[in-house]
Amino acid sequence: MAVIDLANPTRFLRIVDRVLPWLIAVTAILFAVGLYRALNAPDDYQQGATVKIMFLHVPAAWLGMFGWALMSVAALGTLVWRHPLADVAGKAAAPIGAAFTFICLVTGSLWGRPTWGTYWVWDARLTSMLVLLLLYLGVLALYWTAEEPGRGARAAAILSLVGAVNLPIIKFSVDWWNTLHQPASVFRLRGSTIDPSLLTPLLIMALAFTLLFVTLHLAIMRNEILRRRVRSMRLMQAQEVHA
Amino acid sequence: MNLGPHADFIVAAYAVTLFVVAALITWVLLDYSVQRRILGDLEERGVTRRSQRKG
Repeated sequence: MAVIDLANPTRFLRIVDRVLPWLIAVTAILFAVGLYRALNAPDDYQQGATVKIMFLHVPAAWLGMFGWALMSVAALGTLVWRHPLADVAGKAAAPIGAAFTFICLVTGSLWGRPTWGTYWVWDARLTSMLVLLLLYLGVLALYWTAEEPGRGARAAAILSLVGAVNLPIIKFSVDWWNTLHQPASVFRLRGSTIDPSLLTPLLIMALAFTLLFVTLHLAIMRNEILRRRVRSMRLMQAQEVHA
Repeated sequence: MNLGPHADFIVAAYAVTLFVVAALITWVLLDYSVQRRILGDLEERGVTRRSQRKG
């Protein structure tokens, strides 16, 4: 099957219906293994047991950024190639990305209080992550308040592309500025600085959260396609009444 | 499993994450059932999409 076949919403819905049960099963198994490993992981020599918050915070941060990157690619699909599912994909990614960014900020705060002695500092990494959440809320507002869905989609696509500037700022904020947030410790050229006893559960949880993101994304895309069908059928019905 | 002196912060972090993920899943499931129901109602009343109409 060619990738272009997915451009057909009916075919896409058929594939989603077939794939979703498997994705849900694999995600649930990964969460069971990941949570077991995370809750039984040894304490960190500096953070103590609060290192367990990292198994939620780090994947949430990655997926908050991944969601926006996905929306930026979808925005190109909407504005440049006018792919019929690009706008659906972008709109579906926004609430999931916003939820993960929110989780990242809250769990980061709950980790910061016992470790740094404060819930919040206007640090470059924390502030750029808060900006990401505000950008998500802006995109959601554009989608949900637009009277004409096409216009809302174009405005959201432009904001998605403009907001993508924030992604390298978040990533490199810990290198460019003097911040309280620690530098990258998982994906580094010279290898991870985390002990395997903590890195393994972290990676399993990250994979579980990523599959949760994919599962939710496909499910929300399916809902959105159905919503658009409802809208077009109602329009047809209204036209028939007036004819 | 001993969560140490900062157990409240750890439990709160897991509780917030669980709540947000559960809320998202609930919204997705409810939205799906609402859209399916409306589509079913419209089809029952004989309303079809343009692509489903013949000639």
